[in-house]
Amino acid sequence: MKFNRRSFIGTGIVAAATLHAPIVLGAGKPRVVVIGGGAGGATAARYIAKDSDGAIDVTLVEPTRSYYTCFFSNLYIGGFRDLKSIVHSYGKLASEYGINVVHDWAVGIDRSARTVTLAGGAVLPYDRLILSPGIDFIDGAVPGWDVTQQNKMPHAYKAGSQTELLKAQIEAMPEGGVFAMVAPPNPFRCPPGPYERISMVAHLLTQINPTAKILVADPKEKFSKQALFEEGWQKHYAGMIERLGPDFGGGNVTVNPDAMTITIDGTEEKVDVCNVIPAQKAGRICEMAGITEGNWAPVHAHTMQSRLDENIYVLGDASNQGDMPKSGFSANSQAKVAAMAVRGALTGSKVFPAKYSNTCWSLIATDDGVKVGAAYEATDEKIASVSSFVSQTGEDAAMRQQTYEESIGWYAGITADIFG
Amino acid sequence: MRYAGGVVVIWAALSSAAQADEKALQIGDAARGAEVFQVCAQCHQVGDGASHGTGPHLNGIFDRKVAQFDDFDYSQGILRARRDGMVWDLEHLEAYLTNPKTLVSGTNMEFAGLSDPKDRGDVLAYLRGFSANPQNIPEAAPTALKQDVELPPEVLAMVGDPEYGEYLSTECTTCHQLDGDYDGIPVITGWLEEDFVLAMHAYKQKIRPHPVMQMMAGRLADDEIAALAAYFGALE
Repeated sequence: MKFNRRSFIGTGIVAAATLHAPIVLGAGKPRVVVIGGGAGGATAARYIAKDSDGAIDVTLVEPTRSYYTCFFSNLYIGGFRDLKSIVHSYGKLASEYGINVVHDWAVGIDRSARTVTLAGGAVLPYDRLILSPGIDFIDGAVPGWDVTQQNKMPHAYKAGSQTELLKAQIEAMPEGGVFAMVAPPNPFRCPPGPYERISMVAHLLTQINPTAKILVADPKEKFSKQALFEEGWQKHYAGMIERLGPDFGGGNVTVNPDAMTITIDGTEEKVDVCNVIPAQKAGRICEMAGITEGNWAPVHAHTMQSRLDENIYVLGDASNQGDMPKSGFSANSQAKVAAMAVRGALTGSKVFPAKYSNTCWSLIATDDGVKVGAAYEATDEKIASVSSFVSQTGEDAAMRQQTYEESIGWYAGITADIFG
Repeated sequence: MRYAGGVVVIWAALSSAAQADEKALQIGDAARGAEVFQVCAQCHQVGDGASHGTGPHLNGIFDRKVAQFDDFDYSQGILRARRDGMVWDLEHLEAYLTNPKTLVSGTNMEFAGLSDPKDRGDVLAYLRGFSANPQNIPEAAPTALKQDVELPPEVLAMVGDPEYGEYLSTECTTCHQLDGDYDGIPVITGWLEEDFVLAMHAYKQKIRPHPVMQMMAGRLADDEIAALAAYFGALE
């Protein structure tokens, strides 16, 4: 450490006080609107409301009344969690934190007037806007597939009814049938997610349909925790899983949802279930706000502020911030930095240097958990990784079990941190 | 009794072959350690015919994974350390003797610790006479005792800023719940500040095992650890 942290913090506080003159109270409370009630948005809303003690008016816009976490939704598919255990409501955010929770779609943002228009017609003025809309799919990413086909070929990459549908389809597979997955190109939500899902599908099939096969078409050379997953697949599900990487045409895929076929590098195959996870982009509201460059919304690493509008903050999957993976843990971590920056800007409260971290746990089989994680710091260019770790191949069963148990504790911890 | 006589002399000779830049020092005086051990002997037996009492017997403890006896009823804390892969090497024994609860939260060992480094070294030198694997101590020279476990007094005396701690704590609460629920992730509220500081530095120095905590603690400055200790210590 070359500089003295204490004096650095002091400098930060002075900067916060002088560069961002707090909005003067008197013309009503400053208003923050948060769009998206997931790991990023709900955390940001909760921390701003909690730490400002009523000095900031917080509105959270989220279309669904019940939020299904994407994290642990694969464990539902594998039979390790029931659906009830991954659903959360917004009741506490409203009743205990005084957040105005509005169940509606945001359909327009007027950045000069600083207003958000909702599908129901309401117009919400804001002093600061936080966008945490997650992902949408890129049109035409997988030829033959679009969202109108999602009941025939589910993505199950936004948790809830899609997850239930996918599991029901797997359970209804004929004996010895084929489950296919079209894996997405980088960058995408939850880098280990598709591979944890493969593990959980294999776990389920091993019990109910042990002669079934799993076919993965993957446009990527490498993927997250690859050595750990491949070791686990060999150990627990030998002979069941076939993954075709780009060398074998895994990036050249079309699907036909009506015929239930998948064509990989010109070879057509009939399948029984096809889980299509298309290429991804920031939730569409970011595009509508005009704050995207390419597929994502670029942000400043110190605050998560949009690089195109200083009154807007973008969290989680939708943001392009640097080295952090698109994960619920990352979104939660970023939300706390943004919440602090927003409070500093609106009420002059102390602003400390940003710190970010992420850990992703994945379950490969019963009591066989693995994890990968990193710590990050803000630079002027990006959020930069400063240290990291990953589970090792060949770890003993006791450590894997402990890692899984730890992930259960993490789930309880982070959902309490998000939803109160 | 294998600790007798020339053993100390041999260790001293070997230590001279240790890396020159490591300040190796004699692990201790085994004969004096036998006397210090009397306080341990209320719960632990060692030597021929030793068996479990309130605590497990200590024969062969060096280089053994923690909590390896099937016939002893261990605390949840020590079982957790076992799952973390902790090994009773010199470094961990030294840390445990300094303050058991700093190394292993939730241990049943009701012992405040040996604050005098000489007492610890002497007891360890004594115990080492009952272990078959003394050569497996990482520093190669079997008498080498790295002195990096202890913290400078000014670090321990540092007064944390709870407001800063509250901000820093938001990184912890992604996993650790403030309401004190144990759910696979340990409870971190209501600790004595000094225990908290020592535990975090033990992670930072990679003495306590656990990759997530080693990473999280690894980038915290001394004043940040103090701030977290102040904040969490005040929470019930």
